[in-house]
Amino acid sequence: MTDAAVPLSRLDRGRVLAWLQDYGVYAAIAALVLVNVAITPHFLTLENLRTQLVQVAPIVIVSLGMALVIGTEGVDLSVGSVMALATALLPLYLGYGVVPAIVVALLGGVAVGLVNGSLVAFVGVQPIVATLALFVGGRGLALVVAGGQLKDIHNPDLLNLGSSSMAGIPLPVVVAIVLTVAVTAVVRRTTFGRRLVAIGGNRTASELSGLPVKRILLLVYVASGLLAAAAGILATARLQASDPSSLGLLMELSAITAVVVGGTPLTGGRVRVLGTVAGALLIQLVRATLIKHNLSDSLAQMVQAVIILAAVYAARGQDGR
Amino acid sequence: MTDDGPLLEVSGIVKRFTGVLALDRVSVRLAPGEVHALVGENGAGKSTLIKVITGVHRPDEGEVRLAGLRAEFASPLEAQRAGIQAVHQEIGLVPSMSVGRNLLLGREPRRRFGLIDVRRMEREAARTLESYGIGVDVRRPLRSLGVGAQQMIALARAVSVDARVVVMDEPTSSLESREVETLFKVIGRLRAQGISVIYVSHRLDELYRICDGVTVLRDGRVVHQGPLAELDRLRLVSLMLGRPVSDVRAQGVTKFSGAHDTADEAPVVEASGLTRRHMLDDVSVAIRPGEVVGLGGLLGAGRTETAKAIAGALPLDGGRVTVAGVPLRRGSAAAIKAGVALLPEDRKAEGIIPTLSVRENIALAALPRLSRGGVVSDARIDRIVETFMKRLRIKASGPHQRVAELSGGNQQKVLIARWLATEPRILLLDEPTRGIDVGAKAEVQALIDELAEAGLGVLLISSDLEELVEGSDRVVVLKDGAVVGELTGSELTEEGVMTTIASHSRAEDDGG
Repeated sequence: MTDAAVPLSRLDRGRVLAWLQDYGVYAAIAALVLVNVAITPHFLTLENLRTQLVQVAPIVIVSLGMALVIGTEGVDLSVGSVMALATALLPLYLGYGVVPAIVVALLGGVAVGLVNGSLVAFVGVQPIVATLALFVGGRGLALVVAGGQLKDIHNPDLLNLGSSSMAGIPLPVVVAIVLTVAVTAVVRRTTFGRRLVAIGGNRTASELSGLPVKRILLLVYVASGLLAAAAGILATARLQASDPSSLGLLMELSAITAVVVGGTPLTGGRVRVLGTVAGALLIQLVRATLIKHNLSDSLAQMVQAVIILAAVYAARGQDGR
Repeated sequence: MTDDGPLLEVSGIVKRFTGVLALDRVSVRLAPGEVHALVGENGAGKSTLIKVITGVHRPDEGEVRLAGLRAEFASPLEAQRAGIQAVHQEIGLVPSMSVGRNLLLGREPRRRFGLIDVRRMEREAARTLESYGIGVDVRRPLRSLGVGAQQMIALARAVSVDARVVVMDEPTSSLESREVETLFKVIGRLRAQGISVIYVSHRLDELYRICDGVTVLRDGRVVHQGPLAELDRLRLVSLMLGRPVSDVRAQGVTKFSGAHDTADEAPVVEASGLTRRHMLDDVSVAIRPGEVVGLGGLLGAGRTETAKAIAGALPLDGGRVTVAGVPLRRGSAAAIKAGVALLPEDRKAEGIIPTLSVRENIALAALPRLSRGGVVSDARIDRIVETFMKRLRIKASGPHQRVAELSGGNQQKVLIARWLATEPRILLLDEPTRGIDVGAKAEVQALIDELAEAGLGVLLISSDLEELVEGSDRVVVLKDGAVVGELTGSELTEEGVMTTIASHSRAEDDGG
């Protein structure tokens, strides 16, 4: 991001890295937007912006939950599978109307969150292992529920969710914005938010300070499952089909990337909500840029890898005292 | 075994860790068959010395000689091959394998094609165990045995591998008294075979029972060395704690004022019969409002455990805690709600949340009272944070500075503020002035006084005898997890505390 033109050795290196961890993602977005304005035709059109934002909305929503989990020094690998489970559950109850169907799909996410959270909080399984079980099993369950089939969605109310707008803003984007505001408020203003960050910073100290550590961990994974299910519903509405075999594939990696790039350290103790949203935007922007220029998706993944490394390096430089 | 020369001779060992001198010209000699006690408080350098002897660390200066030959161990394995075996508190065996297999791990008797000769292995294992008086079925999986028995197997394994020197680090900390007897028998046998033992323990009774010589370490230096029988208990304790027996000082070095007048008020906290296996044995302490009760004792005597038990942070096998007459439910949250606050011993691991600001750290434990319906009140937090930062003179660039950037003394003050913000009735302070600079130390001491004056009950744990004696109105002395004495008034002197620690414990004759 910043090049060798700056004599880093003469600056306070730790401070530069801290700045990069906190704000590097915004700088990168700005740079990428400028590049695209210069070289990509039709980049600054309203239509393109809308497309990009609609595409990124599910990633943002999943990343919000992931940010909370990572804030507690955990990780949730099952988010992609939760999206698949949500999309598999949706068509089953559409006959009763769109609201019951959505509620059932969300409950699927809550159920997965309860399992993850119980394993982590009460059984004491490491988060990466606990959520790995449903990373594998959740999609399997989704395929069983769906009978292994892709189903087209025809319910107009549900399709509306993916295609209509509110004050000119696509509905999925509105949902993402609302959830971002809500999660920001939770982290900044509620005891739950303060405590989850404290647990990630020092679990023993939190326990000795009387925090209900187990209950909070459980709730954090439930929140992540709920948000992933919501993302799955929106993605289903936009694709106009329920495809549990491919929806949400590799979503966990995108979400973790967004969180880390946004300045939340994997070691927990901190949650940066806006940074996370920016991280998701950056990933989307990189992909879109490369695709617009007919470069392959695999190249996009490699660029993503470089961004992750840069983010982790910045985090390490700051915390490794 | 050999002639009269020492079996193990460690001379002039110097070891530094990033500039800190951990061992300063330490020398120890062990005769064949000698059981040598190695004692000292936290940070005295015991573990570093053991690590040098067992090949974990290489000394910066000095040398280790084994049977007269210079020994330079590049790894623990090399030290083991030369005959130096260590038995640690953690057992380095394979729980799922049989006792016999564990005993002969890595040197199992083989048949053709490299297959293990199970029957011969079991025979050999059984013979080995029998010779040490350990009666265990060698076919049982190791994990089916109790911790103590497992440790005996680890010991048997260590000494059956042609050991010449055996290092035992707190070997009895998880043993029942019956098992301790077996251990002592094994040690007796080792001694008869000319094997030397380095015995690390804080249990004075044990030391005086089985050790021949003693080395007392303090701050990385040898402060005493010689036959243990010639050293009386009081002197040993005073050497370990670094307080001369005869040195009755005039008061005034610490920042404490005189005694607090607590009259005959009812205790605010009463802990009775606190018991937990291997940690606490029927400990009872009562603290009245406005009173500072000290907890004295050596490392591992159960002071920290007592404080944690009162604060609901240590599961108990027995006993109960009442606050103002009301029995306390389990768990830290219940204790805090009832007005019990614990300042933990390990500031870094158990106290501060390093990623958060001074403000968030102070507000942490009091969040329930600083919020309504789960939503925190920033105004109330700001008020409380400002109050305590001023009152405790916390030096930070502002409430939003990360707590990890503060000095140790200021971090400690932040933690005290965290607890005061919960408006406690009793404050349990575990080593409140350890590792903080002199100025902050005086401030914390003055604060303890001030809080007691304001009616708080205080439990003070300190390894600094002077602080303990001058800061407390009454000192309860613990030893091996049990209360062995209580000192008040004119008995409450540094010497009094040391004498009580050094006295024979009543549990001594229970064994067998």
